[in-house]
Amino acid sequence: MSTPPPASSASVAPATPAPTPVRRVRRLEPAALAGVMTRDVVLFGRYWKATTFSSVVQPTIYLLAFAAGIGALVTKVGRFSYLDYVATGVVATAVLFSSAFPGMFNTFVRWRFQRTYDAMLAAPVDVEELVTAEILWIAMRAGVYGLAPILVGIVFGLNPTAGMLLVVPIGFLTGFGFAAFGVLLAAIAKTIDNFNYVTSAVLTPMFLVAGTFFPISSLPSGIRIVAKFNPLYHCVQLVRDASFGQLQLADLAHVGVLALFAVVMWRLAIWRLGKRLID
Amino acid sequence: MSAPAIAIRGAIKRYGEITAVNGLDLEVPPGVCFGLLGPNGAGKSTTMRMLTAQTLADAGEISVLSYRLPAESKQARMEMGVVPQLDNLDIELTCRQILSVFARLYRVPRHERHAAVARALEIANLVPRAETKVSDLSGGMRRRLLVARGLIHRPRLVLLDEPTVGLDPQIRQELWSLIDSLRSEGVTMLMSTHYIEEAERLADIVAVMSAGRVIAQGTPAELVREHAGERVIEVYGTPERLAQVAELAARNGWRSRRSGPAIAIMRAEELGEEVPDGTSRPANLEDAFVALTGEEIE
Repeated sequence: MSTPPPASSASVAPATPAPTPVRRVRRLEPAALAGVMTRDVVLFGRYWKATTFSSVVQPTIYLLAFAAGIGALVTKVGRFSYLDYVATGVVATAVLFSSAFPGMFNTFVRWRFQRTYDAMLAAPVDVEELVTAEILWIAMRAGVYGLAPILVGIVFGLNPTAGMLLVVPIGFLTGFGFAAFGVLLAAIAKTIDNFNYVTSAVLTPMFLVAGTFFPISSLPSGIRIVAKFNPLYHCVQLVRDASFGQLQLADLAHVGVLALFAVVMWRLAIWRLGKRLID
Repeated sequence: MSAPAIAIRGAIKRYGEITAVNGLDLEVPPGVCFGLLGPNGAGKSTTMRMLTAQTLADAGEISVLSYRLPAESKQARMEMGVVPQLDNLDIELTCRQILSVFARLYRVPRHERHAAVARALEIANLVPRAETKVSDLSGGMRRRLLVARGLIHRPRLVLLDEPTVGLDPQIRQELWSLIDSLRSEGVTMLMSTHYIEEAERLADIVAVMSAGRVIAQGTPAELVREHAGERVIEVYGTPERLAQVAELAARNGWRSRRSGPAIAIMRAEELGEEVPDGTSRPANLEDAFVALTGEEIE
């Protein structure tokens, strides 16, 4: 049985209205972003083991399966050993899994089932800040989780290089775009089951046709052209060039594609979720 | 005279062919508990959402704490707290974690956050449950936590959307005590409710909403006096007897309504000798509400 709340003025005194100075507000206030992300950090503290497990183990299994399985048949792909090729390629898969899925599922659950976003939007947070903070947090995690296949690869013989540290910012940039893509899908989906279509028809082909496990040059020309528009392909190229000290000016094009993808998805996610949250 | 805490003029909100808010005019003076009373579907929750700019009016003007909405809604939200009708707490978080997150969202300065959380826990009588996850709290505790969350930044204005809906009587009393305490501290409150007793018990001013607009407004006593008179005669009897009384009332132009197993005739003090025998009681807000809207309410 619960106890009635105290009714004495002493206990309620804190609710006395405080004179509040007039604040000017601007777009994307750091305080609002930090507030939303605080919640994510607190939740992460509770679920980090499960989140990390799912984000790391799946790409690691791909890495082991392909490197050990196909690696027995294929020793080299171009200038790379197959282990080097797959270990760096699977980074994109790890980033994709740890950004698109949280973007889709977390957003949908928080918006539709938990109504968490309704609570936050009643506070001084707008949709742009809410979406941006959620995407930023997911992207940060994705950047870190992107390192997992590299670390596993090192255990299996991949030579560590300083350039591999660039996987984190590359994963962040890629993860930002795919997290926003996930949020956008969550704002479009009518039911959570709709994500099955996306996973099967969009995400799976995307990570297969990105130069992750085999070079896209081996694909038919039509698919090869399509693959060039796949952001994951650009992520993979950047990761390989960074990891093996082969970064050059041309890599700025990959950065540009990823940045463009991120910005377009970010704005679309804000627009679409805003339509659903504000009626 | 100080500016109204809330001013709504001619607000309209349509959802397809449904007009949820239909030319609403409302002014809430500062420092009062203002009750928005109406049946389900009267437009109360839509009005509440318009005040946080989570619903945008199709027409009309809205200002909250002198900020114009929706352009300045964020500034307004910094100075007001919201207690929603539906529980939207993070069930995975503890009470303290939820309050800490919202202290940040409401821009409570870093050095004040710890104390703000402690105060909010105390207000809601949740200190012993500070480290309890929301999923392990009772319904009443969750409601109190929602109130605490809305008060974490010491708002000047609190919106309470059906604060006790679905709660059992004991928990409702607890919430009422809490709201009473806030009122005595001078916090402006706008409380939507469809419970007559709640409005009568807590609100300084009541606006009766029906079909998306305010149809009457005043103190509970004023509303009762104006729309139901001072006394009501309740006539009990067989269904045939009640039918006769209803017909008599209609014939004489008396305002009457079905009240449980009786027919209640309002403004009994103005009626002549013809009034049937029955139990006389003081008129109440429910009588006024039914007289105004023709609808029964809880």
